[in-house]
Amino acid sequence: MLINDIQDQLVEEFELMDDWMEKYEHIIHMGNELPPMDETLKTDNRLIRGCQSRVWLDAKEQNGILHFEADSDALITKGLISMVVRVLNNQPAKDIAAADLYFVDKIGLRSHLSSNRANGLASMIQQIKALAVHFNSAN
Amino acid sequence: MSAISTSTPSVSVESIRADFPILNETINGHHLVYFDNAATSQKPMQVMEAMNRYYFHSNSNVHRGAHTLSVRATDCYEGARDTVARLLNAASSREIVFTGGTTDSINLVAYSFSNGLLKAGDEILVSTLEHHSNIIPWQLAAQRCGATVKAIPMDAQGNLLINSYRELLSSNTRLVAVTHVSNTLGTINPVRDIIAIAHEKGIPVLIDAAQSVPHFQIDVQDLDADFVAFSGHKMLGPTGIGVLYAKESWLNQMPPFRGGGGMIQTGSVTIGNTLYNKAPYKFEAGTPNVAGAVGLAAAIDYMNEVGYDFIQQQEEQLLHYALEQLQQLPEVQLAARPEHMASVFSFNVKNAHYSDVATLLDSQGVAVRSGMHCTEPLLSHLQVNGTARVSFAFYNTLEEVDVFIKALQKAIRMLS
Repeated sequence: MLINDIQDQLVEEFELMDDWMEKYEHIIHMGNELPPMDETLKTDNRLIRGCQSRVWLDAKEQNGILHFEADSDALITKGLISMVVRVLNNQPAKDIAAADLYFVDKIGLRSHLSSNRANGLASMIQQIKALAVHFNSAN
Repeated sequence: MSAISTSTPSVSVESIRADFPILNETINGHHLVYFDNAATSQKPMQVMEAMNRYYFHSNSNVHRGAHTLSVRATDCYEGARDTVARLLNAASSREIVFTGGTTDSINLVAYSFSNGLLKAGDEILVSTLEHHSNIIPWQLAAQRCGATVKAIPMDAQGNLLINSYRELLSSNTRLVAVTHVSNTLGTINPVRDIIAIAHEKGIPVLIDAAQSVPHFQIDVQDLDADFVAFSGHKMLGPTGIGVLYAKESWLNQMPPFRGGGGMIQTGSVTIGNTLYNKAPYKFEAGTPNVAGAVGLAAAIDYMNEVGYDFIQQQEEQLLHYALEQLQQLPEVQLAARPEHMASVFSFNVKNAHYSDVATLLDSQGVAVRSGMHCTEPLLSHLQVNGTARVSFAFYNTLEEVDVFIKALQKAIRMLS
């Protein structure tokens, strides 16, 4: 599936919910579904700065395709990571580098999340994009 | 609040709440429950109206012009200083310096001390309970003159260890700076004893009263405090205005913190040198926050009308009820339970992140703070990374505590 198709699917899921508690329930559910990250990967150099909770991100490249593993000690944050991973995991680095991640605004995450969390989410996306640019230019 | 007389029994929470329009806000589809008062209190209409009135009818610069508006503005500003002096029972209004807030007040004293009153080898004593704003200004001052900052330790429940405090006071101690009330745990420190013990050795004491003046009466003469710092915005007043109370003898020997207009002796300024105005003006360089001072005075008038008796009674009731209700929730852990507590406490939910707890409470209209509350040394001592914090004001109700408890139960269910 293309990045935008997954984004559209995600936006659609949230459109069915009108209450933010329901949306958070869904975000937490997605967090719980995120495949567990290898504990040995939870190192300081994989920590993403700018989050109130701790967030680890690991990226691997194989034939131009990026694979992510991530985790957080906060469940809602983990749900947000899970959304980003769902959209970008196993996608070509060049597509990730060029992607417009409109799902964040369409779901209302940027306007609803506390500034801490919104900044954390933005840092996470920024980091993934920087990695994609790096891997893309390396190839 | 015109229906409320000065006698406490006629004050009711309902009539008070009617003065705070923001309490009717709807947040995420829920009625707002505002439990983040230790960060910033809400403002009654009387405060906003007083500031509006000032800008509508009196706005001008103070202490300067010969015209009518300047006289009005000066009267408003100096009247506010008198109101603050009466609130604290200061010996004179000359002991009241207007600042930008508690942080600004403490920086003023710390900078001024580092400019001639501190030398290499001197010690400043703070406590483990302090907000960063009562630690970092002292670190900066100490770094400037080769002094060191030490901390009075506390026990696991957030009570200061007074015997250790006695032992830490030495012939090198130049100043003790402690908080009256912990912004994170609610601990009420025995500041009267702390001051008396320091004074036995001739050491001055600064009290960070940011979390106490909004909740109970402070008499600076009775406490014999040398310095008291607090903010307007935590006690119904506007942001950007605060107070430094200091004994006049200290203000007279302290060098100014900032230079500029208004702080000089007229006719004394040359390119090479200046003679300073007397206190408090020596410490108020530049155009002051007149509207802020007017708002703060209106806030003090409002609190006087409600009365500290009512405020204290209401807040104690809220605290006891909330702690009692929280005890019924086995997943909730209080960060500490100090012996004497003001109406603020910190907690965590087992196996949940404090930021998730705060987010899910906010989604249900309940505003609490989460994080480290600018008290990293304190949280390190308790070995927690952060907490959710509830802080009450006298306009909060027991029904709001019920809403909070229900919302918390829902958050716990979602996060477990």
